[in-house]
This record gives sequence, structure tokens and C-alpha cells, in this order.
Amino acid sequence: MTFMEQYIAFKTIVIKEVLRFSRIWLQTIIPPVITISLYFVIFGNLIGSQIGDMDGFKYMDYIVPGLIMMAVITNSYANVVSSFYGTKFHHHIEEMLVSPLPNYLIVLGFIAGGVARGLTVGIAVTGVSLFFTDLGFYSLGVIISTVILTSTLFALAGLLNGIFATSFDDISIVPTFVLTPLTYLGGVFYSINMLPEFWQNVSRVNPILYMVNTFRYGFLGVSDLSIGLSYAIIIGFIVALYSYAIYLLHIGYGIRR
Amino acid sequence: MAIALSIQNLTKTYANGFQALKGISLEVEEGEFYALLGPNGAGKSTIIGIICSLITKSSGKVHIFGKDVDRDFSGAKQLIGLVPQEFNFNVFEPVEEILVNQAGYFGIDRHTAFKRAEQYLRQLGLWEKRREQARDLSGGMKRRLMIARALVHRPRLLILDEPTAGVDIEVRRSMWQFLRELNQSGTTIILTTHYLEEAENLCRTIGIIDEGELVANTSMKQLLSELHTETFVLDVKTPLSEIPRLRQDCLRLVDETTLEADISRDCSINSLFTELSSHGIEVLSMRNKTNRLEQLFVRIVEANNKTGNAQ
Repeated sequence: MTFMEQYIAFKTIVIKEVLRFSRIWLQTIIPPVITISLYFVIFGNLIGSQIGDMDGFKYMDYIVPGLIMMAVITNSYANVVSSFYGTKFHHHIEEMLVSPLPNYLIVLGFIAGGVARGLTVGIAVTGVSLFFTDLGFYSLGVIISTVILTSTLFALAGLLNGIFATSFDDISIVPTFVLTPLTYLGGVFYSINMLPEFWQNVSRVNPILYMVNTFRYGFLGVSDLSIGLSYAIIIGFIVALYSYAIYLLHIGYGIRR
Repeated sequence: MAIALSIQNLTKTYANGFQALKGISLEVEEGEFYALLGPNGAGKSTIIGIICSLITKSSGKVHIFGKDVDRDFSGAKQLIGLVPQEFNFNVFEPVEEILVNQAGYFGIDRHTAFKRAEQYLRQLGLWEKRREQARDLSGGMKRRLMIARALVHRPRLLILDEPTAGVDIEVRRSMWQFLRELNQSGTTIILTTHYLEEAENLCRTIGIIDEGELVANTSMKQLLSELHTETFVLDVKTPLSEIPRLRQDCLRLVDETTLEADISRDCSINSLFTELSSHGIEVLSMRNKTNRLEQLFVRIVEANNKTGNAQ
């Protein structure tokens, strides 16, 4: 395929993916916005007013970046895992497999779909957060780069889950038993400096901690961790997961008999 | 004449050890209408799956118009269109969008894709349904949608895996006409079907696969010439109590107004009618007992099974 043909093919997958989640916006966009709004009301307003400051900021201001990031992570992941597994389960992955689409375009197309949903939900949640606090931007570049890289990483993770999944149960196990606990323990609601040293070190193994902290740094200018290290970890994970996804598609794992 | 499809020593052994293909080699010339027949589980869909990259082969080579599907993946894929056995489109997508997306995967811009979608949807009688979700189409319409989708990138080789399964006779005949015209316009077609009448009507060349092996590969005319005897069913006007004694001792009485006659290829049907007339038997109608290709197909597959059992 020529470069232009590849661009058209990539655009086709992206449009298809965006239309897919847009058509069912009541299931894909609205629920996370409502859930996160409840977090704002309960944790930010009601409980947060009793907690006081965190790292020198109002508790609401402190948790807003983490909650936005939580919505981005779960929706980027959920979009790709459900879309890819559904495509596989109903056999319309064959529409792509019989075409000259190279594997990397399939991967990039699904990632772009996941990123699009993650960002859509992220923007909607950010909009809602403005009802509860005046968001400041310390570094717009850090905010944008972190949110794009993180949604890319979790879209890739969702794709891998979709490739390995053999039943609908398999696509809910990882989000329930891995993603949600890691997100809650990833410093969304607290600073790891509050933890004993042992648990601080344990927390540092959790990659989500780095994403939440970097994203919060973009808003507040404070972070528990090195920003450079965070970028290195996120990019490192992206490269590793992307390579693995390409390898799996190359050998036809889960998609070709 | 170019070779549209060349398969050499193709084997496939599944993870459970089942050997679906045992070294099949065959060639299909450009412009052919080729029937690939075989009983259920013979390996037809496995061959098609390998040609279209839905199944990974164990060994062997596949070339499409001289392009190796392993080495020139993209070039080979541009030349093939597949109509699979099972519905494999997103049933929640509108009909037109399914075609436009498929064209997009082949690198065709949306403007051209919409024009081609209109062309094929009109030709296949689906234009009025273009805005409807695919799940709202009837079974026959879904089959036609898959044909339109397979054509949207204008392949030179179209592979149809049981395209008329479960389709009523009227729709089936209109699909035959469409496929005939497509073939006449230069598209090479490979068809698998369980309707042997369909294969006999449409195809000029035939390959029969059984238990992963190619047991026949020849022209339809040549194959049918191997049929030495045909059985006809004759409906007679006056009820008969016994089989008339004729020079050609080839008749069976099915019921009092129905006779079956085995006619050798070198015998004239006229002589049978003459003899029946001389016995005062008036024939009202005559038809083949079974499709000629069906008789041959059953014979070849049975012979292959006997050979296999003997070994």
C-alpha cells in the first residue's frame, strides 16, 4: 500500500471507532462523567472539606487531576478492549484481515479510537470539575502530553486484553481486579508522602502513580516523583506493549486460526 | 492466459493434530469460473481461509496472479475479494457504511468508496436499504451485501464460500445471473457450494476435495463425460401393472404411473420413446432423477473413501 492508501486505511479505522462509541454515548460518555461528578461531590466537597489541605492545596484541587486521569485511563482501556474483542467475537475482524492493512495500522487505528474516547471523557470530566473548583494550569504542555501518552498506553493495554480474551468474562477481569485497584492506589486521593516509607516504596512499583503525579504536576506544579522518570516509564511501557501487540498480530494470536 | 490462483503443496495441521489439508496443489486460470466442491469438513473453507490470510498454513505456497501471499502480502490482497460462508459484518452498522469502510481498508478514498458502494448496492438490489442497519436485512440481502462488500475494491479474483446457502430460489437465480455477468466481464471466480446444480450451471472447471486431498480437477465437460449412464424419471399417462419388456432392459417401475430408465450415453433416448410407444405407453413428462454432477460427485467421493479405508 502506498503512504496515501495507508493514511486512508488508518483514517477509516479511526472514523469507525469514533462513530462506534459516539453512537452509544449514553453508555460510553455519560456514565463516567456521572461517576466522576459523584466523586467530586462526595470526596471533594463533603469529605474533602473535613480533610483540609493536601500538599498545600485544597483537597478538591488536589484530587481533580487524579480523577480526570482515572476517567481517561479506564475509558481508553475499556474502549479498545470491548471494541477489539467484539470485532473478534463477531468475526468482523475478518474485514480487516482479508484487506492489505498492515498489522501496525490495525494497532494504531484501535489505539487512536481508545485515545479519542479517553480524551472525550477527560474533557467532559474537566468541564464538570469547573463547577466545583477553579482549575489552574501550571504547564499545559505537561497536561496534554501526559494525557495523550497515558491514554495511548492504556488503549494498548486494552488491545492486548482484547487479543488474549476468549470470552466476555476475560474483558472485565483485568479492569476489575487490576486496573481499578492500581488506579485507586495510584495517588488519586492522597499523596504517597503520607504513607510509611515501606508503602511509599511499594507504591512506586505502580505505574499509574507516575501518570497521576505527572498529570497533577501539569495543573498544580507539585509532584511526589520525578517528572522525567515518569515520562521515561510511560514511554517505556508504550514501546514494550506496542511491540508485543505487533508481535501477537504478526503470529495471528487470537485472530487467525 | 495468466494463472489467477496457484497453490502448491498446501498443508494445514490444526493444533489438535487434525490434518485438514494434505498437500494440495491446484491452479485456476484467469477468467475461470471454478467450482471447489467437497463434503462437509473436506477442507474447502480451510483452503479459502489460507488464501485470504484468515488461517495460517502449515506449509506450501499460494500465489495470486503471480504474487506470493507471504512475500507480497499487500499486492496479493488487493487482488482478492472474499464472500465468506458466515455473516461477518457488524450488524449494527448501516449497509452503505459497511461497504465504505471495507473500501477504506483497501486504501480507497471515501468519495470513490461512496460511488462504488452505490454502484454495487444498486446492482444487487440493496440501494433502498443503504441507510438501514445490516441486522434488519433478510438472509438473502445479507448474502448480497457480502458480495457487494467483496467487490468494492474491484478484485480480479472473487472467492465465494457457499454464497447461496439458505437463499430462496428466486434470489439464488438472480445471484447466479449477477455472478455470470461478473465472470464475463473478466473477474475470475472460485465458488464452493453444496448445490451441485449451481456448480453445474455456473462453473466451467471443477475441483473436488475430500479428506484434505484433491481427488478431481478437470473441466466440467470432461467430468460430465465420465458419466456413462443417466437415470431419467418418466411419468406415463396410463397406469401400468408391470414393467414393459423392452429391447433395452433398463426400466424400473416406481409406481403405476412412474418409470425410471437408466440410459447409457451411447444410447438414443428416441429409441426408448419409440419402444414405449410401440407398447402403447404414452410419456407425459421426463426429468433427470438426480443432477448429473451430483451422481459423479457421490461416485468420486465414495471411491476415495473406499481407497482410504483399504489403505
